Amino acid sequence: MSAVIDSHGHAHGPARGLMRWVLTTNHKDIGTMYLVFSFAMFLFGGSMAMVIRAELFQPGLQIVQPEFFNQMTTMHGLVMVFGAVMPAFVGLANWMIPLMIGAPDMALPRMNNFSFWLLPAAFGLLASTLFMEGGGPNFGWTFYAPLSTTYAPESVTFFIFAVHLMGISSIMGAINVIATVLNLRAPGLTLMQMPLFVWTWLITAFLLIAVMPVLAGVVTMMLMDIHFGTSFFSAAGGGDPVLFQHVFWFFGHPEVYIMILPAFGAVSAIIPTFSRKPLFGYTSMVYATGAIAFLSFIVWAHHMFTVGIPLTGELFFMYATMLIAVPTGVKVFNWASTMWRGSLSFEAPMLFAVAFVILFTIGGFSGLMLAIAPADFQYHDTYFVVAHFHYVLVPGAIFGIFASAYYWLPKWTGHMYDETLAKLHFWLSFVGMNLAFFPMHFVGLAGMPRRIPDYNLMFANFNMVSSIGAFLFGATQLLFLFIVIKCVRGGPVAAAKPWDGAHGLEWTVPSPAPYHTFQTPPEVDERSRLH
Amino acid sequence: MSRHPRLWLGATLWLATLPAQANWAVNMSPGATEVSRSVFDLHMTIFWICVVIGVVVFGAMFWSMLMHRRSQGQQPAQFHEHTWVEILWTIVPFVILVLMAVPATRTLIDIYDNSESDLDIQITGYQWKWHYKYLGQDVEFFSNLATPRTQIDNQAPKDEHYLLEVDNPLVVPVGAKVRFLVTAADVIHSWWVPALAVKKDAIPGFVNEAWTRIEQPGIYRGQCTELCGKDHGFMPVVVEAKSAEDYAAWLAERKAVALAEKELTGKEWTFDELMARGEQAYQTNCAACHQPTGEGMPPVFPALKGSAIATGPKEGHLAIVLNGKPGTAMAAFGKQLSEVDLAAIITFERNAWGNKVGDLVTPQDIAAFKQAQE
Repeated sequence: MSAVIDSHGHAHGPARGLMRWVLTTNHKDIGTMYLVFSFAMFLFGGSMAMVIRAELFQPGLQIVQPEFFNQMTTMHGLVMVFGAVMPAFVGLANWMIPLMIGAPDMALPRMNNFSFWLLPAAFGLLASTLFMEGGGPNFGWTFYAPLSTTYAPESVTFFIFAVHLMGISSIMGAINVIATVLNLRAPGLTLMQMPLFVWTWLITAFLLIAVMPVLAGVVTMMLMDIHFGTSFFSAAGGGDPVLFQHVFWFFGHPEVYIMILPAFGAVSAIIPTFSRKPLFGYTSMVYATGAIAFLSFIVWAHHMFTVGIPLTGELFFMYATMLIAVPTGVKVFNWASTMWRGSLSFEAPMLFAVAFVILFTIGGFSGLMLAIAPADFQYHDTYFVVAHFHYVLVPGAIFGIFASAYYWLPKWTGHMYDETLAKLHFWLSFVGMNLAFFPMHFVGLAGMPRRIPDYNLMFANFNMVSSIGAFLFGATQLLFLFIVIKCVRGGPVAAAKPWDGAHGLEWTVPSPAPYHTFQTPPEVDERSRLH
Repeated sequence: MSRHPRLWLGATLWLATLPAQANWAVNMSPGATEVSRSVFDLHMTIFWICVVIGVVVFGAMFWSMLMHRRSQGQQPAQFHEHTWVEILWTIVPFVILVLMAVPATRTLIDIYDNSESDLDIQITGYQWKWHYKYLGQDVEFFSNLATPRTQIDNQAPKDEHYLLEVDNPLVVPVGAKVRFLVTAADVIHSWWVPALAVKKDAIPGFVNEAWTRIEQPGIYRGQCTELCGKDHGFMPVVVEAKSAEDYAAWLAERKAVALAEKELTGKEWTFDELMARGEQAYQTNCAACHQPTGEGMPPVFPALKGSAIATGPKEGHLAIVLNGKPGTAMAAFGKQLSEVDLAAIITFERNAWGNKVGDLVTPQDIAAFKQAQE
């Protein structure tokens, strides 16, 4: 091996031209591609949300017909979950995990390249269904059978293959994270010294490996039902439509933690930095993350309280779901205690991180309400649920991603971003997002079902407010694009450690991080504070 | 505006009543049954628990944000763990959850007690309507959206019960324990009436149970809550609770109507009568997919105008309407509709929108076709 180790002392830069990006095995390049791709998907999925909100601006059908409306809700969900949020976190993992643990790259660089390039193929396939005869997927992002099998448009087969590609990509990404974290840590860096972002991603990667094959299984069963005469989900042939939901949610519930745990990790780095105070309860944070991950496997049927599961099943899933509040509470209390008696300043990453804690907790509260099975009979499949999961995903996952982006942009680009514009981005997003999603609690409780293109007049006013908020939130994201481009092109030079309160190995390399870092592992000892 | 004086008047009237309408509805209603009230109480209890926890946690955060700022020269403390505090904030939430689980369990057990009903009604979800069958009573009917298309397309002002009104509501007696046997004929639907706190998925091939006991006569409205395709938003549920006497009278009337309907099969129908009835029945049962123009929405919902089946031999046309087409959204209407309606619809389809087969399908033809199949 020693023969191939580069020992002649100068750094190798990237290849030139387009092929740099096509063939790259560099974790920074691949991280960048993931982040750019995910932002493109964020705008694509967001534009579909704009269509949805425009149609719901007023009662009556104005802009689109119900069949197209259903394609919009379905594609919005799929694109945001699989195209925007998940790849964004993989991008952050690619960029930051090697830098945080002192590794020269990800453990499996070629697979890394492949897992990224599967994504444009998957989403190209998915987006092409919109132009097919009969339209794209119109059965909701949860694609319940038999609406997604017997009654689906013909494009469903393309949807199935797109999901397969996304799944393969995610599994390879997860394997890469696990291999990197377990094998490439700098000498002396113990597991319990790792930054929480690395910890949460390690646990997320195990969740991914556990559940993505289940998703692949369920879409394969659909494929068999549609084309090969099986009856997994058809009672007429001895199957059961509810089986679909059990299998789907066995994937789906851990999936929601896949989309939030890395954000927990990033926020656990950002709040201590801008509080200038160590993270409160590091050990309990690690164990709480593990507990949440474990519980996520035994609560899936709380998405199915109304399908007619027996009383004992109902009780089990209600109790197990309520239990999740305990470790989640521990995390929130820890973040609040980290801020307590700190020395706080509110740069853009901190603004997004604090909003993350408060608004994610509101989403957690509505989650706790949804866990109460008898009350869930009233909430289930109404806008209350839409409000709930948008509160955990938008100010949760997406604010977590924005906080991370602003926090690490100086490291990525070597320039400071425009703080004034970034604060404007935060406040407009904050106002728009709350205006869009808070009223959804009200219309849901008042009885408005989700996934409907038209509604009774009693829901009219809050829907109009929601739409205005959504337009504001949507338009504001173009500002983020502008801020990032501006930061990449220039700006005040960023120091190796631009945040005075920050800790961790990523701040020991120059800004922008050189193309190759930590070719010689850094020294880490017991007393080093990396988080 | 002057070209549509009535529309203008309607819009003005609607605007004038705006403040009176509950357009700002913010919360669940306590509903009309004992169960719905205990669900409402659970909802409010857990809500206030969340509010209290939120005030404490967010209060501490806002205190830090206001008082512990670097701009005020605050020096950061360096504490980073405290075993007892951490144990405390694990145990306290757990205890709160246990206290919350007790009433929730009690209500859930109550909701699951489907025994000893006074009346059983089978509810079947179809794309996109509900079918109600009073078990042992020989009364059954479909319940379709009654909101006119013009209101949905914004050509007429929307009335108060826009999208929450049906042609035939489900009628139940007050004070009786009514058990619902919920199932579906095609995809999964979900039958929900908020005021009764009953939401049960209607799953093809399986039967779910639910029950209610309504205390006051009145009209209670809800909707399908499981995405079931194109017109998911257009299949409301309306339950009308009547006093025992009124209910008995309604039931007797309904039985008489059913009997009269059966006698219609034997009647001699003229072409024009069938066409008139067929147009109406077509609008209710077929137009959602095949469209009022008969042009459908290819390729999912084929056109009937000029189609090979609708202009070909009678037998083929009867077969597809009565038996449906497996693997597609085309349902088997043979068991859903009366022989008269089937005959009228098929006659209409063969002679509308420029289809000019000229023949007429009588209810007797339908009966004979059904017999031949058996």
